[in-house]
Amino acid sequence: MTKKKMLLMGDEAIAQGAMDAGASGFYAYPGTPSTEIMEYVQHSKMAAQRNIHRTWSANEKTAVEGALGMSYAGKRTMSMMKHVGLNVAMDPFVNSGITGANGGCIVTVADDPSMHSSQDEQDSRILSKFAFIPILEPSNQQEAYDMCFYGYELSEKYMTPVMMRVTTRLAHSRSGVEVREALPQKEIKLPEDKRQFVLLPSIARRRYKGVLETQKKLLEESENAGWNRYIDGKDKSLGIIACGLGFNYLMENFDGECPYPVVKLSQYPAPKKMIKKLVEECKEILVLEDGMPMVEEDLRGLLDRDVKVKGRITGELPRDGELNPNLVALALGLKDVEGQPVPKIVAPRPPKMCTGCGHIDMYNAINATVKAKYGDGHVFSDIGCYTLGAFPPFEAINSCVDMGASITMAKGAADAGLFPAIAVIGDSTFCHSGMTGLLDAVIDKSNIIVFIGDNSTTGMTGGQDSHALGRLTSIVKGLGVDPDHIRIVNPVRKNHDEFVKIINEELEYNGVSVIIPTRECMQTLRRKTKDAKK
Amino acid sequence: MKCDIILAGVGGQGILSIATVLGYAAVESGLYLKQAEVHGMSQRGGDVQSHFRISDKPIYSDLVQKGKADLIISVEPMESLRYLPYLNKDGWLVTNTVPVVNIDNYPDLEAVMAEIKKLPRHIAIDGDKIARDVNNLKGMNMVLAGAASVFIDLDFNLMKKGIECIFAKKGEEIIKANIAALTAGREFSEKNR
Repeated sequence: MTKKKMLLMGDEAIAQGAMDAGASGFYAYPGTPSTEIMEYVQHSKMAAQRNIHRTWSANEKTAVEGALGMSYAGKRTMSMMKHVGLNVAMDPFVNSGITGANGGCIVTVADDPSMHSSQDEQDSRILSKFAFIPILEPSNQQEAYDMCFYGYELSEKYMTPVMMRVTTRLAHSRSGVEVREALPQKEIKLPEDKRQFVLLPSIARRRYKGVLETQKKLLEESENAGWNRYIDGKDKSLGIIACGLGFNYLMENFDGECPYPVVKLSQYPAPKKMIKKLVEECKEILVLEDGMPMVEEDLRGLLDRDVKVKGRITGELPRDGELNPNLVALALGLKDVEGQPVPKIVAPRPPKMCTGCGHIDMYNAINATVKAKYGDGHVFSDIGCYTLGAFPPFEAINSCVDMGASITMAKGAADAGLFPAIAVIGDSTFCHSGMTGLLDAVIDKSNIIVFIGDNSTTGMTGGQDSHALGRLTSIVKGLGVDPDHIRIVNPVRKNHDEFVKIINEELEYNGVSVIIPTRECMQTLRRKTKDAKK
Repeated sequence: MKCDIILAGVGGQGILSIATVLGYAAVESGLYLKQAEVHGMSQRGGDVQSHFRISDKPIYSDLVQKGKADLIISVEPMESLRYLPYLNKDGWLVTNTVPVVNIDNYPDLEAVMAEIKKLPRHIAIDGDKIARDVNNLKGMNMVLAGAASVFIDLDFNLMKKGIECIFAKKGEEIIKANIAALTAGREFSEKNR
């Protein structure tokens, strides 16, 4: 039988792999570079035929909890998010390390070293280690696909969630993937121990001891499952630990034939025996990690003795940013092959808001009122296309920290006596993590104005459905904002004066005002029109 | 056979349609392929690039190594220069000459063209005009794909077949128009290389 091959991005390989391995449900909130996993499932005929759960969640916390519920019911499931999304989901994530899983449970996290589309470059492997959750880190699209099968087996065998950790370059890179015949979905089957998921202290203490005990077995899995490999080399002057994508950049530099012994590391806990052998045989160790120096730090230990370890901490590789073949070449002491420099006349071309975007009208109105009267420093913003309001010509915002922080930071600043204190957030981000903060402000009768830029979509990640669609005003009312101070405006140029008038009126009001500029995202509208034509 | 390509342009110009046509031909030829794309924030009018690698041997890195690219294909002139550190000393640069001016400090176009002309191996092509000449207003990307095809060891007929597949839903007219754009681009490179 000839095997079927598909051309898939890393994200798509994970989606197809999980479906083929019998997943019954996917739970996620959009976030670059993880978004395409859910989008692939949503466009998949197989997912429709199998009635696989594939609608977006309100945020990453509800996603991980939803997936855990499906695992409780005995079915295979996956939650997906970007690295900062895992912060939002840390509560269920860490505690699911203690409850363990029933049906196979994979948490896929796509990290973004170099911050191509993110506010930090944290390494999710460290958080998974913290939660005692084993990690799979594929180095290519085929492994990403195959690891879904293994990940579910591992999860069910040891009754633990499993993290699948990828980084931007794998998530968004295409390659040929050999696919297998799809497994059937699992039937509903409740946990044998009916208290498994009840983390009352007495039960949690017992479970925690069990989790600690399981770590030894997970280490054995890492040594023996085959994803980690010891590849011998003649030249023992250097031994290399190549994690995830680091392996590719290493092999790229040697055309697949590395003269040094290598531990290819794609499953954690890190395989002690393999690494011990490498350290004993080689004079020095170089660690290649696409992210933070986690393995390097572990290997070095607190006292920095015995083993000569090179990597991001010692400066052979830069401490920040993603790896690439050139950086790895330099770390290996190879000749730099970089071509000619970029001519000086080449200007940076940062992203910007689209022509005709409603956020532009919103910032023009905010600048004509808040900035004109009170100067800079009053506007707290959030995560979304509108964050681009930080750049010229607007330079309208003064913060962008995490999902929902605009409202709570404006409230805190108002508590401190700052006037005016303005929040700017999008409709999808508001539903992700803004609602609870607005409730805080309502309870405290904080003197803030919250702009919810309602473009009826999750714009920055490519126009996914927003939970706010059709219910934004009723949510705001339901949270207790005085209906007289919920103001809706269509942000177009001809309404500028009306918009300005509304803002000025709300600046006069001492309490929580919510102004909702409502106009559909240009990109989403264009896509819809295009789809309608098809 | 190995060909490492950097595709460059501005978010929204649709550089990935070039990759799709080349990718189809590569896969049909039984070659290995890796193609790293940019998604997310930069798609909003920022600079975007795709690393496109094909080979008859397994490919390790998803990224092209700087100094090792055989070809830069750019749908915008200034963007073509941004990736010069990737180009190897014998590599070709194939670029559209029509600028996308969406920043205030866009350099003088003549200075941009002067930098391009400094390169010993380059094709500077007015892809928009050639697309108009073959009555395909949206065909600039295919003109560039055709212009670059001269430097890639792929069967040109397979690239045409790729267009047939990709645009199958859009009908015979669109397929013809895109094949015309592809062919016109190839002819330009053959004459001007």
